[in-house]
Amino acid sequence: MSRSLKKGPFVQAKLLKKVEAMNRTGKKAVIKTWSRASTVFPQMVGHTIAIHDGRRHVPIYIAENMVGHRLGEFAPTRFFRGHVRTEKRSAR
Amino acid sequence: MARIAGVDLPRDKRAEIGLTYIFGIGPTSSKEILQMTGISPDLRIKDLDEAQIARLRDVIERNYKVEGDLRREVNMNIKRLQEIGSYRGLRHRRNLPAHGQRTRTNARTKRGARKTVPGKKRARK
Repeated sequence: MSRSLKKGPFVQAKLLKKVEAMNRTGKKAVIKTWSRASTVFPQMVGHTIAIHDGRRHVPIYIAENMVGHRLGEFAPTRFFRGHVRTEKRSAR
Repeated sequence: MARIAGVDLPRDKRAEIGLTYIFGIGPTSSKEILQMTGISPDLRIKDLDEAQIARLRDVIERNYKVEGDLRREVNMNIKRLQEIGSYRGLRHRRNLPAHGQRTRTNARTKRGARKTVPGKKRARK
């Protein structure tokens, strides 16, 4: 079920506050966040946000058309390096 | 010859079904269209006269995105997801299901026919 429209999109209040403070002062700094569930707001465009992937903060530059997605979508939590090439099994 | 939205011409089917041969028109929008044009859904496509076909064409053109345009839109959406580096985009790139389905088994529609991996150990008891 999708979120009630009455509530509006979710964003961690603290994160939005930080972004807006940076917009006011015109400063650019990487913001670390654990809030993967936060929606990307138009105010965040042009900033770099370091999104936690469970291990480290992945710096992601927020582009125009990312608005409306969740931060977590841009920081994958699993890394698949491919399957190991096993040696030919010797006959049992 | 009922030719609507480019290349589609079903024939002996009922209008309701025949319209669904157009990419982007399913049973629901097909019914809506017939409702709007006031054509009986039970009429066969071949029994429609030119005026009715013209009306269908008109309604579809004005209210629905079909065929090439729709395909292009879908591809654009996928391309957007890939360009912004979102999880769904990555899944599309790897040709894996994008809506969180399991891939341990199944997901054959997206992944294509089975490719056997040599030396993969079967679970034994």
